[in-house]
Amino acid sequence: MHIAKDLVAASATPLVLGILAEEESYGYAILKEISDRSGGRLEWTEGLLYPLLHRLERLGHVEATWRTPEGGRRRKYYAITDAGRKELVEQRKQWAAVTEALQDVWKATRSIGPIAPPVLEG
Amino acid sequence: MTTENDTDLEAQIAEWRTYMLRRRAIHGSDVDELEDHLRERVGDLTETGLRPDEAFLIAVKRMGRMDELSREFAREHSDRLWKQLVLTPDAPAEAERRRDLLAMVVCAALAALAVKLPTLFGLDLDQDQAFYARNAGLFALAPLTAYFAWRRRVGTGTGVVLALLFVLGAVGANAYRLDDDSQSIVLSALHLPLALWLVVGLAYAAGDWRSGSKRMDFIRFTGEWFIYFVLIALGGGVLTGVTVGTFSAIGIDAEVFISEWLLPCGAAAAVIVAAWLVEAKQGVIENMAPVLTRVFTPLFAVTLVAVLIAIAVTTNAIDVERDMLILFDLLLVVVLGLVLYSISARDPGKPAGIFDWMQLALVVSALLIDVLVLIAITGRITEWGFTPNKSAALGENLILFVNLAWTAWLYFSVIKGRKRFALLERWQTDYVPVYAAWAWTVVLVFPPLFAFA
Repeated sequence: MHIAKDLVAASATPLVLGILAEEESYGYAILKEISDRSGGRLEWTEGLLYPLLHRLERLGHVEATWRTPEGGRRRKYYAITDAGRKELVEQRKQWAAVTEALQDVWKATRSIGPIAPPVLEG
Repeated sequence: MTTENDTDLEAQIAEWRTYMLRRRAIHGSDVDELEDHLRERVGDLTETGLRPDEAFLIAVKRMGRMDELSREFAREHSDRLWKQLVLTPDAPAEAERRRDLLAMVVCAALAALAVKLPTLFGLDLDQDQAFYARNAGLFALAPLTAYFAWRRRVGTGTGVVLALLFVLGAVGANAYRLDDDSQSIVLSALHLPLALWLVVGLAYAAGDWRSGSKRMDFIRFTGEWFIYFVLIALGGGVLTGVTVGTFSAIGIDAEVFISEWLLPCGAAAAVIVAAWLVEAKQGVIENMAPVLTRVFTPLFAVTLVAVLIAIAVTTNAIDVERDMLILFDLLLVVVLGLVLYSISARDPGKPAGIFDWMQLALVVSALLIDVLVLIAITGRITEWGFTPNKSAALGENLILFVNLAWTAWLYFSVIKGRKRFALLERWQTDYVPVYAAWAWTVVLVFPPLFAFA
């Protein structure tokens, strides 16, 4: 299944903040996590993830630190900040409103019948 | 076998790194981050049974096309390539560069012509100095605006607004009947170029004046432009000296040519040439203004603190003559410039350091001095009443004071880690319209307000 670009972009911030709210992480792990959580349906590119992480950092929603784990390479870890948590709460509210409305609409359309032909005017 | 594969992989990754580093929008630390990502993916893929070189190919392919990746980075980090506002793929075509050069030459010629055009109508550079002082800004900045309007391909609506603003400037400069030695004429000669410079900014941003990042780009441009202009002026000074010297050696007086042609036309053309240099010759003296800021911030901070200590020890009040007012306005402008250009070049993500403390010290000491000056000015105004000069100086002082006071507060919060650096940048870009409003007020409202004194 292909998920439209706009939808991917809109859900990007809450997904990243949500993942970081559980624990701090780094780019590749976040990407894998998103792929796992969506059952492979959400495939992000690096061109989406890293600029987004940098934007969240600039806005103060996440904090980044370079650390070298023992015997490993230098790696940039991202952790959520208080401002980020606030933003996440706000985003959750908005998404809840959207999904609620969608559910409502889906239910209504099901009762009419999912393959009702559109009424053409003229 | 494995070691051979490993060295192969290392070589490939090293090559990939150099390719990545050529992108202006992607910095070294970003490449580090992406390399870490690439290696992780290569590791995962080899675990599933792929050979390292195959894994590398797939990992690179997954990362997406390099110019797409760098475009995404550029969108987020527009400050890194503020000079290439349009995200064109790599080097602009040769034809494009030649067209740009031609546009620059045409606009510079227009500026030079504009300076000499009034002589056709009997206005002489030597005798009608007041006329030239009022209109100098128009002569040089109208062609500059035209240059940017062409370069940014501004829409018709923006073009009309730009033209109307210049008409307004021309009216403001010439419609009022001001005496040649009135205060208002000096004020409008000083403020009109500032007002028009911000109109240039409108063309520079291609009409998108609401965008904070565009405003910051224009602030950066202004700093670089100023440096180029000063460099050209220095070169021009040498040229003038040589011309006078050599011609007088062969018994010809070149002074009229220099004062009537070379200096005025050269200065007007230099305004355009400097702008073109900033636009075209990126990277030659890459971001000079922030470098100078780094050098002069500590020196100015020390000087201002010394002045404060001297005032405190001697308890001498500041003697506010008219020239002094301008001097202190200038001091605030310099401090504001230092703050602006260090903000414009600062990596917003970096934690606060010693340099930030120095900036705060600079701003706070400038504010303290300014308070003393404001007290003195108020004293003079209550004693002698308002004049155009004093009102303008007071207004400027207040505008700069408000900016610097809030800057100091924001800076303090940033250093304490309570606020993000981006807020400071926002404040400065949000404040730009205040300067525009004030400059236009002085040009358009002050003369009738003070009965053309």
